[in-house]
Amino acid sequence: MKKNVLLVLIIILSLSFLYGCSSNDEVVLNVYNWGDYIDESVLDDFTNETGIKINYETYPTNEDMLVKLTQGGSNYDVVFPSDYMIEKMKKEGMLSKLDKSLIPNLENIDENFSNLEFDKGYEYSVPYFWGTVGILYNKNMVDDKVDSWDILWDEKYKDQILMMDSQRDTIMVAQKKLGYSMNSKNVEELEKAKELLIAQKPLVLAYVGDNVKDMMIQGEAALAVVWSGEAYGVMSEHEEFGFALPKEGSNYWFDNIVIPKDAKNKEAAHKFINFLLDPEIGFRNTDYVGYSTPNKKTFEMLDDEVKARKGAYPSDELLENFEVFLDPGDFIEEYNRVWTEFKAAN
Amino acid sequence: MLKKYSATPYVIWSILFIVIPLILIVTYSLSTKNPINGQLVFSFSNYRKFLELKFINVLLKSVTLAFKATIICIILGYPMAMILSKMEAKLQKKLIVLFILPMWMNFLMRTYAWMVILGKNGFINKLLSMVGLNLNLLYTRGAVLLGMVYNFLPFMVLPIFTVLLKIDNNYIEAAEDLGADKLTVFRKIIFPLSMPGLISGITMVFMPAVSTFVISNLLGGGKEVLIGNLIEQQFLVLNNWNFGSALSVILMIFILVFMAFINKFDKDNDDKGGVGLW
Amino acid sequence: MVNKYIKRIYTIAIFLFLYAPIILLIIFSFNKSKSLSSWDGFSLKWYIELFNDKHIMKSLYYTLLCAVLSSIIATIIGTFAAFGIFNMKKIQRKIILNLNNLPLLNPDIVTGISLMLLFAFLSRYKLRLGFLTMLIAHITFNIPYVILSVLPKLKQMNKDIYLAAMDLGATPFYAFKKIVFPEILPGIITGMLIAFTMSVDDFVISYFTTGNGVSNLSITIYSMTRRGIKPTINALSTILFTVVLSLLLVVNKRSKSIKDLT
Repeated sequence: MKKNVLLVLIIILSLSFLYGCSSNDEVVLNVYNWGDYIDESVLDDFTNETGIKINYETYPTNEDMLVKLTQGGSNYDVVFPSDYMIEKMKKEGMLSKLDKSLIPNLENIDENFSNLEFDKGYEYSVPYFWGTVGILYNKNMVDDKVDSWDILWDEKYKDQILMMDSQRDTIMVAQKKLGYSMNSKNVEELEKAKELLIAQKPLVLAYVGDNVKDMMIQGEAALAVVWSGEAYGVMSEHEEFGFALPKEGSNYWFDNIVIPKDAKNKEAAHKFINFLLDPEIGFRNTDYVGYSTPNKKTFEMLDDEVKARKGAYPSDELLENFEVFLDPGDFIEEYNRVWTEFKAAN
Repeated sequence: MLKKYSATPYVIWSILFIVIPLILIVTYSLSTKNPINGQLVFSFSNYRKFLELKFINVLLKSVTLAFKATIICIILGYPMAMILSKMEAKLQKKLIVLFILPMWMNFLMRTYAWMVILGKNGFINKLLSMVGLNLNLLYTRGAVLLGMVYNFLPFMVLPIFTVLLKIDNNYIEAAEDLGADKLTVFRKIIFPLSMPGLISGITMVFMPAVSTFVISNLLGGGKEVLIGNLIEQQFLVLNNWNFGSALSVILMIFILVFMAFINKFDKDNDDKGGVGLW
Repeated sequence: MVNKYIKRIYTIAIFLFLYAPIILLIIFSFNKSKSLSSWDGFSLKWYIELFNDKHIMKSLYYTLLCAVLSSIIATIIGTFAAFGIFNMKKIQRKIILNLNNLPLLNPDIVTGISLMLLFAFLSRYKLRLGFLTMLIAHITFNIPYVILSVLPKLKQMNKDIYLAAMDLGATPFYAFKKIVFPEILPGIITGMLIAFTMSVDDFVISYFTTGNGVSNLSITIYSMTRRGIKPTINALSTILFTVVLSLLLVVNKRSKSIKDLT
C-alpha cells in the first residue's frame, strides 16, 4: 500500500518536473538586473505585448554579476552593468554588438549619452539610468552641515553611519576624501585609503546593500552613503531627509543595458531593450526607481520638482570633481586585495 | 549479486559528487591563475597569503566566537536536557515536539527576526527606552554570538537528551544506595555516561558556527567578517577561486583535526558512526 | 520544593528564548503596515500579497519539488547502499563509512563550493546551473542521513531469516523485498523525513549550486534581507509553521515513543 503511494508520488512529481522542462521550448528571456531597479509591472506588460516570457533575477553589485556571468553555467540575455564594468566586459569580449536597427527608440535618448568614454555611439550598450553617489542624512539626527565626506569620520556620529557593502564605491569614498582620483593606480594611495577605511570601521553601524533605504526610514542610522535614486526615493516620502553631494567630489555613473555574447535570445533581447526605451515605460521606471533618466522624452514628462533635483540632475559645475569609474584592468587585483584586507581587519 | 552491488550506485555517486569536487578544491588551492592565458599554475602562494597575520586573525576570531557559542550552548543546554529527560512521559513528549518545532522554521527567517528585535527601534530598545536607555545591540559581535546560540542550541540539547534518556536508572539508584550524594552521582555516573551526547552536541554546534557566513552577515552588518565570509567573498564577489579554495581547505583541515581531537574523549565511539546525530 | 520551581522557570525561560522571535514573526504577519516593529492594526493583506507574489511562490515550488525529489532519490540510493555496506567486509565497510561521513563532517560552505567548482568545470559540457545542479547537491548531502538511519535497523535485523528465505528458494530481490524491507522500513522513513527536512532548510549549499533564476525559499529570503524584507515572508513563515505544527501534533498523537521523533 505504502509503496504504491510512493510510486504515484514519484510519477506525479516527475511529470510536473518534465512539464517544467517542456515549457522551456517557448522563448524565455533571462533578464539579470540590479535589485529593485525596475517597476516589475513593466515586465508583465512586455510579456502581454510580445508573448515573450521573462525570467527575472537580480544582483546586488557589479562584481557579483560578473562572477555569475564568468563562472559559466548561466545564460543571461539582458544585463545592466555600470560604466567600468561595461568597459571590462567589452575588453574581455563578453558583450554582443547591438543591432541598432532593432532599437528605433534609441532616438529618445539624449545625444550627450552617445559620447561616453566606455562605449561611444551605443556600440555595445544603451543607457538605462544614470546617477550620482552622495550622503543621505536624517535632519532630525544631524545638526552639522553635510557637504563633505569628513562627516563620515566624525566621532559624534559613531554607530550612526551606514556605508555600502560594495568594493569600488566604498574605496571611492576614502579616495575622494583624501583628494585622490577614484581610478588611482597608485598602490600607496590605495593603502592610505585602506587605512582610512579601517580607521572608520568602529564608527560605522553596518555595511549594507539595498536595505539601506528601509534602515534610514526606520531611523536606524543618521548618515548613509547612497546612490542618488535611493536618496530621492526616501526623500519623496519622508521630509526629514536630505541628500548632499560632497564637495571633494564623488562618483557619477551610468548603468547601461547590454546583451552578453552567449545570450540565447538576442532578438527578443533587442525587443526588450527597445521596450525599455519607450518614453512611457521609461517614465514608469523612473518614477519607481528614482534615478536620473537619460531618455529626453521621459524627462519632459517628469514633474518640475523632480527635474529640479540637484543631486539627480546636477549642473556641470557641481560635477567638477566628479569622475566616472574606469576599469583598472589587471590592477583590479590590488583593489581586491585592499578590499579583502579591509574586510578582514578587526 | 544484490548483496555485492547494491552499494555500487552510491559509491559512484560519492566519487562523482564528493571525492572529485574535493580534489578540485585542493587543486584550485594549490594553483594560481596565469594572468596572460588564464591557465592554472602550481603554486603555494594562496597558503602563503593566508599566513599573513590578518587572515590568521580572522580564523582565530571565528574559532573564538564558535567556541564561546558552544560553551554557552552547553551551559544553557545541558540543564535543559536534564530537566527534559526527567520529566513525566506525557509532558516530555509535548515539550520535545515544541523543542524541535523552531528548527522547522527557516533559519534565515529566525535570524532575521533577531535583526528586528535587536534593532535601534526594535523590541528590546523599546523596552529599554522606558528607563531612558538606548543600546546598540544589532551589528555587534554580541549579536552574532546570540544568533549562533539561538540557531544551534537545539543541536546541543537533543543529543544530550537522547543519551540521558537511555541511562539506566538502576545505576543511579545503586549509587544512591551506596551513599553517594546528588553531586557525586552526577559527576561519577550521569556526566560520564552522557559524554557521547555531549560530544555530538559540541560537534553539531561548533562546526556550523565556525563556518557560518550568514549569521555574521545578517547580525554583524558586514563588520564582523568570519572565515566563512572571507570564503564567500572570494568566490562570489572577488572571483579569486584559488585563494577561496585555500581558505576552504584550511577550514576543512581545522575541523577534521578538531573532530579527531574531540572524539578522543568519546571512547566507545567505534563503529557507531554518528547515530547520536539525531 | 524550590528546586521544582527553579526547573520550571528555567524551562519557561529557554522556551521563551526559542519562541520569542517566532511569535514576533507571526504577530507582525498580521500587521497593517510594512513595519516589523510597530503595530498599526490588524490586516490580512500580506497573506493576499503572498499568494500573488510570483517570486516567492516560484521559490516555494522549487523548494518543495527539490525536497521531495532529493529525499526520494537519496532514500533509494541510500537504502541500497546501506544494505550493501551491511554485507561488506569490515575494512571495506570502514572505508565506505568514512566516505559517507565526509559530507556530514565538512562544513556546508565547503560542500557547496566544491560542488560549485565541479559544476563550473562541467559547464564546458553545456551543464547549466539551475534546478538539476541544486537537486544533485541536495541528493548528495541527503544520502548520508538515509544510510545512517537505515544501518542501525539492519544491524537489529535477524540475518538468519534472510538466509533462510534464500535457502527456501527466494531470489535475493524477493528476499530483500519480503524480508529485509519491512524490517528496516522505520529506518527508511526516518531517513527520508530527515532528508526532506534538511533539503527544505538548506541555504548554504543551494546558494552556491543554483543559478539561472532558480532559487529556493532560503535564497529568496536571504536576498530579501539584503533588500529590505516585506511581511509577505512573515505570512509564509506563519503558514509553514502552522502546517508543521499540526503535522507534528498528528504524528505525536500516533507515535508510541519519542524516539520516532528525535
